[in-house]
Amino acid sequence: MTAPLLSRRAFAAAGLALPFLARVAEAAVPAGKKLVVVICRGGMDGLSVAAPVGDPDYRALRGGLALGDDALKLDGTFALNPALPAVHKLALAGQARIAPAAATPDRARSHFEAQDVLETGAAGVYATTSGWLNRAVQSMAAAGKVEALSVGPTAPLILRGPAPAGSWSPGRGVDATSRLPTLLQDLYRDDPLLGPALARGLATETLARESGAAGDGMTGGQMRPAAGQGRDAAQAMGQSLAEFLKAPGGPQIAAVSLDGFDTHANQAPLLATRLASLDALLDGLHTGLGPVWKDTVVLVVTEFGRTARANGTGGTDHGTGSTALVLGGGLKAGGIVGDWPTLKRQALFEDRDVYPALDMRALEKGLLADHLGVDRRALDATIFPDSAGVRPLLGIA
Amino acid sequence: MTQKDLDAAIAVTRFGLGARPGEIDAAGKDPRGWLKAQIRPEGADIFKTDGETSSQRLAEFREYRQERAMARQDKAAPPPPTPPTPPTPPSSAMQMDAIKPAADPVQAARQFIRQNAAGDVLGRIQLASETDAGFRERWALFWANHFTVSANKVQLAGLVGPFENEAIRPHVFGRFADLLAAAETHPAMLIYLDQAQSVGPNSRAAQFQRRGGPRRGLARNDDQPRRTLGLNENLAREILELHTVGVDGGYAQADVTEFARALTGLSIAGPREPGVEGVVFRDATHEPGERTIMGVRYAQDGKAQAGAVLADLAAKPQTARFVCTKIARHFVADDPPPALAARLEKAWMASRGDLGRVAEALVDAPEAWAPQPAKLKTPYEYVVSSYRALGQEPRGLGQVNAALNGLGQRPFGAPSPKGWPDEAGPWAASDALVKRMQFAQQLGSVFGPRVQAPTELASQTLGARLTPAVATAISRAESRPEAVALLLMSPEFQRR
Repeated sequence: MTAPLLSRRAFAAAGLALPFLARVAEAAVPAGKKLVVVICRGGMDGLSVAAPVGDPDYRALRGGLALGDDALKLDGTFALNPALPAVHKLALAGQARIAPAAATPDRARSHFEAQDVLETGAAGVYATTSGWLNRAVQSMAAAGKVEALSVGPTAPLILRGPAPAGSWSPGRGVDATSRLPTLLQDLYRDDPLLGPALARGLATETLARESGAAGDGMTGGQMRPAAGQGRDAAQAMGQSLAEFLKAPGGPQIAAVSLDGFDTHANQAPLLATRLASLDALLDGLHTGLGPVWKDTVVLVVTEFGRTARANGTGGTDHGTGSTALVLGGGLKAGGIVGDWPTLKRQALFEDRDVYPALDMRALEKGLLADHLGVDRRALDATIFPDSAGVRPLLGIA
Repeated sequence: MTQKDLDAAIAVTRFGLGARPGEIDAAGKDPRGWLKAQIRPEGADIFKTDGETSSQRLAEFREYRQERAMARQDKAAPPPPTPPTPPTPPSSAMQMDAIKPAADPVQAARQFIRQNAAGDVLGRIQLASETDAGFRERWALFWANHFTVSANKVQLAGLVGPFENEAIRPHVFGRFADLLAAAETHPAMLIYLDQAQSVGPNSRAAQFQRRGGPRRGLARNDDQPRRTLGLNENLAREILELHTVGVDGGYAQADVTEFARALTGLSIAGPREPGVEGVVFRDATHEPGERTIMGVRYAQDGKAQAGAVLADLAAKPQTARFVCTKIARHFVADDPPPALAARLEKAWMASRGDLGRVAEALVDAPEAWAPQPAKLKTPYEYVVSSYRALGQEPRGLGQVNAALNGLGQRPFGAPSPKGWPDEAGPWAASDALVKRMQFAQQLGSVFGPRVQAPTELASQTLGARLTPAVATAISRAESRPEAVALLLMSPEFQRR
């Protein structure tokens, strides 16, 4: 796996200059650039993440779900949920932007179809079994070593596929004195599923220990909680991920999931809790990355938005357009990403949802092209199959 | 090694939940007959709980809510002269663990609800670990996952166990229509998928509220601000998409909304409905009028309307196809042979959804006996089969919970109504392999010293599926704990 990197180092050590080789590699994979994708599962209500408080139809449509005076103002139209103070601070510094009407090409309003399309990057449902982020890694790996990591106990579809990708979640670590890992790797030698997975898992454990991502010991004066769902766990997860991203030989590409955004009833307090976790995760990542934040782009997406109108149970049902967030220390200046279709009755999608004005793939393609130098042909054909008609949205990162 | 030896190992490990010592021998005379003998009309085994029904648990939760409301009022008012005494939970619930009861009544009640849930989880995993009808238990687990209720709200923590015992297990070898009706109208499902609060927009209750009247006869949650009564389409959509015809089953958004209207009225009893516990049908919140769902008109007849829709959905060939493919995927391969799904579908349609007949068809299907194990065990299956291999059962929840949480399969905590994934992809994360190894080491260190002959244990556990490479590695292990860990982590034990 490490051959390209090692051989370049070996050449350098031998005093051989290979400027051409180095330039090609750098052009394809800009050194030190990081991309993190956060998936908020369950259909995050975009209108409560970045609320169009200045839209004349907003309050009437939303009723009791409309944000109050404590909303965190972004511009004349939009304000962030009060549960997102860290994101707001970054936005004021030009390091976070909202895409308020983004959607995948799927229109079925099914969590599972929509998550499939969101993660595979395909034009339609169940068209491929690997994730777009994995194929992006594969495409970049042709020019140099690229590491990818998901944080959490299961492997998300977005990072499953032909390119090797590790995963990590808090745990006890590996007993270094045990013979078992070696014996198992021997037994797994011809096992295409278990062999590579265990090898990668052990390597990631080593990296976790060496980088401090494992979190045993003190961070910022506080012991990190091991696992869980709350705000502190999310903050710790962001910090751990930051340690991985900063570590020499650490991942360039990462994916994290947060659950619990399917708010059909009693939405306001439930969503505030989930958004507080999202804010903590992003804050942990931002503060943990330190100087690497300027080379990092974080994309926050969900499978679909929710109905523009509140439903009969203090919540919202499955919808279409939602809010995506783009964060990073090196974002280009600008306002909202994509157009705002407004909440006028005739502008709603099927008289029900926020109109999907921005194809999520355009944003994802733009970030891969601008930030990671991914080739347009790969973007159009392999990373996002059959998407030549979806132009990359450039100039964000 | 004969074909029968291999079939015996497959019967116990693929159809069942993994071998306990002696089990492969027991199945060896007639592997198919051994499986079919586990199919019985009265359904799956009921796992041990403290004996409380969902109605009792609902009542307890209501008390907790009232305590909480009172505690909040107390905070606003000056402190009472004597501190309130914590409620005494029934002694049966305290057998679990000696957790110190919290002084605060609200905390105590919360703890009590958690203990209920913990007792249910332990009873369930103990049944899976010790049963000699592993196929029957796997069949029940499949249906519990098909009709997932996840404890994502405090109220649900104590209801998932009773839901499975009351609505799923009695029906898993009966008619699918009965299982469907029991699952969709159980209070746990009505709460999980938000049906309990859904109100017809033109129902008497909604009209009354619009005229400014109080919300009489409704389960009012005192935490919530006043809102306009109306529809919630969550349950309707998931019944169509996940429980019956599947997302390609031929329905549109309009069908979802119409079905949601038909379901209105179905709710759970509130504090103002004394003497009633559990599911109620309220005419006052039912949306009046005819409904049209997937091209069929349902005349207005109140409670029976949703029942008629459910019965029709159960009988649809799309439902047979969707569910039979899922059965084939669960038992045989992530990408199951179409011939197998077709066989199950045929048995389903011929028997009008008799799940016992479908289970028999699965046993009779040659595709289900392919020698190569194609399924990676889920964390729950891995943990259960590990205890079975050692002839043990978990005595407390500590170790099991830690392992399952670390592996991403928190008991009663499926991430969505779709339930736990049934394919290898999500479970074969590199981190998960490390954590499986840690669990194997742990069990090895606890139980390994008592294992007399590790190679004999390996052959009892895997029978004809044990490969020479693994047998050799186990025989060369430097200690019994290491031998046990190697067995549990062997490629053939990780699969079924």
